[in-house]
Amino acid sequence: MNDMTRVERAVDSKDIKINAKKVQVYYGATHAIKDVDVEIEDKTVTAFIGPSGCGKSTFLRCLNRMNDTIDICRVEGDILLDGEDIYDKRVDPVQLRAKVGMVFQKPNPFPKSIYDNVAYGPRIHGLARNKSELDEIVEKSLRRGAIWDEVKDRLDAPGTGLSGGQQQRLCIARAVATEPEVLLMDEPCSALDPIATAQVEELIDELRSRYSVVIVTHSMQQAARVSQKTAFFHLGNLVEFGETGQIFTNPVDPRTESYITGRIG
Amino acid sequence: MPILWLILIVSAVAAVGYVLGRARALQSAGGDSRNLHSLPSFYGANVTLKILVPAFGLLIAWLLVQPFFVNSQVSGMIPESAIKEGSSRSLVMAEVRRTAFGLDNAVAQGNLTESAASDAQVDVIDVTQRLKDAGQVVTSEITQPVLRAAQSYRAMSATGYAIMSVAVLAVAVIGAVIGWLQTNAEYRARNVVEQGVRVLLLAAASIAILTTVGIVLSLVFNTWEFFKLYPASDFFFGMTWAPSFSGRGGSSELGILPLLWGTLYISIVALLVAVPIGLFAAIYLSEYASPRLRSVAKPLLEVLAGIPTIVYGLFALLTVGPLLLDIFGDSGLGWMKAGTAVMTAGLVMGIMLIPFVSSLSDDIINAVPQAMRDGSYGLGATQSETIRQVVLPAALPGIVGAILLAASRAIGETMIVVLGAGAAARLSLNPFEAMTTVTAKIVSQLTGDADFASPEALVAFALGMTLFILTLGLNVFALYIVRKYREQYE
Repeated sequence: MNDMTRVERAVDSKDIKINAKKVQVYYGATHAIKDVDVEIEDKTVTAFIGPSGCGKSTFLRCLNRMNDTIDICRVEGDILLDGEDIYDKRVDPVQLRAKVGMVFQKPNPFPKSIYDNVAYGPRIHGLARNKSELDEIVEKSLRRGAIWDEVKDRLDAPGTGLSGGQQQRLCIARAVATEPEVLLMDEPCSALDPIATAQVEELIDELRSRYSVVIVTHSMQQAARVSQKTAFFHLGNLVEFGETGQIFTNPVDPRTESYITGRIG
Repeated sequence: MPILWLILIVSAVAAVGYVLGRARALQSAGGDSRNLHSLPSFYGANVTLKILVPAFGLLIAWLLVQPFFVNSQVSGMIPESAIKEGSSRSLVMAEVRRTAFGLDNAVAQGNLTESAASDAQVDVIDVTQRLKDAGQVVTSEITQPVLRAAQSYRAMSATGYAIMSVAVLAVAVIGAVIGWLQTNAEYRARNVVEQGVRVLLLAAASIAILTTVGIVLSLVFNTWEFFKLYPASDFFFGMTWAPSFSGRGGSSELGILPLLWGTLYISIVALLVAVPIGLFAAIYLSEYASPRLRSVAKPLLEVLAGIPTIVYGLFALLTVGPLLLDIFGDSGLGWMKAGTAVMTAGLVMGIMLIPFVSSLSDDIINAVPQAMRDGSYGLGATQSETIRQVVLPAALPGIVGAILLAASRAIGETMIVVLGAGAAARLSLNPFEAMTTVTAKIVSQLTGDADFASPEALVAFALGMTLFILTLGLNVFALYIVRKYREQYE
């Protein structure tokens, strides 16, 4: 398997953004992630696929240390962001999360106005010196979230009043507002209808020009549509990692083939 | 026939009806319960219901209506001349009822024979003496008309109860016969019993509601009586509270403002103590504490809510009051004259309210979806930033509701005020002075031996009504806010 990924890397010459080596995650006594090695490239969409409970979401949450908020969770191994270990004692997880933004499965706008939702991150991190700068950041983020035209006339309306798809794009705009380098998306379309899903997928493709995007998805079609690289997780192991096209057309591991053809999962 | 006996007999008829109904059902099905529409026990229960419901319904209705009927009949018998100057027909009727009750007891004790008690020619002075001998409370000398009325009151009551016993038993037997005749294999006893259960539950619910309505109506009528005797404008806008008991009306000043001010002042002090402490405790418990600590600390905090308020009152009187006096009294800062003060009652009441605020707020903060917190953490917010800017705003309506509920408790609180705040009704801004509240004054107005028809006693109902409307308004407002909040995360 390692030989395979090395071959893939030779094909692709982009920078490595996140390099995970021998990552283990334990929930209490349960060994949830076993020996995962992944290299996530910059300006690329990487999809994590696999059956429920295979650890793909858990692994995603390791990348911005969201697992720190769960008491019983323990992470071992190295995860390097731009060559620096994010689990090093000197790294402030709060600062890290501003650099590695996250979008969740269910749209979770705060019960605040649309403007305040997007301005939340910049305000906390002091990214704007004055109101007009903040206005600029909010507009820019909403444009990047491809929702500006729909909400520009009602920035004071509550974010919870938008439709599901709009809420999710608002959450993406909110994550983009802190100028992250990596965007983690945990099944961002699972609570959306097909039209909203298509809009969000289109947005993910646009985000690729600026950020490194990691997306967890249950839908193999979605992984095939939006990602360039795909990682298949099964029972806590990373079974196969490579070019999306190659994974879906010519998988190396028999388990991958079984999954994408619908025999396991 | 005593009512207890009546109830027992009807119950016995019902029990027999159960057995007979069950047996008849089985018999009509040829002894095979599979041929019945319902289980045999339902046929028995059906007969029982047919007996109990009408019989007890009639019994209760009769017991409620008869006193009114007898009262109005007897009341008409009292001549105008028997009503003294300054008295009223209802006062004389109270006297009549008391005498009739006294005669009953005297007969029961054997001081008076039944024939003497009901003899219209009996000597008034002799009966009065015998009643006093029997230990019956007789306020003044019984007059001839009163005794006459009391005797006919007794006679009518006795006749009424006799008719009632017969009627109830007749209804029970008729019910039994109807239920028994209905019983056959096709009869849908199960559905009838189901209806009966429904009616039973409905009756329980209506009793609770009707009681509330009754309490409110009695408050309203007595308040109305009060405002006939005392001008409403003086009550609502009067700046002085100075009831007089010796003067029997006229010289009393019954302004509610000093009492309302005392109530609000003490409640505000209490909330100033309870809200920050309770809220911070709730935030700690729900956001920072480990599950194990929380499972221990939360019940411990809620123990505070289980302490009787009189114990808090003692605590105020014996501990907090002297403690405050040491610091703010003549030996310290010199602001405080005595241990009983707004501050004393307010502080102790605040401690009492902490569990209300913390427990409710804790539930509400926990109800904020984890997704909100994750969203905030995911943007690089710290825990306290998340709580301040996301969790608390999301929980705010619910927390406001919790605070309003605590406020209505504070306004209705009595014992802590009686013991901790003193009894002086005054309008003052100094929190170290003794003041008093609406509730404490209701107690003191009704615990004297004042005449219940005097404005000094009736004012208690007006005070109670004011308090009721105040706390009802707060509760409705709080519930409205809490409900509005709940809809947000459906």
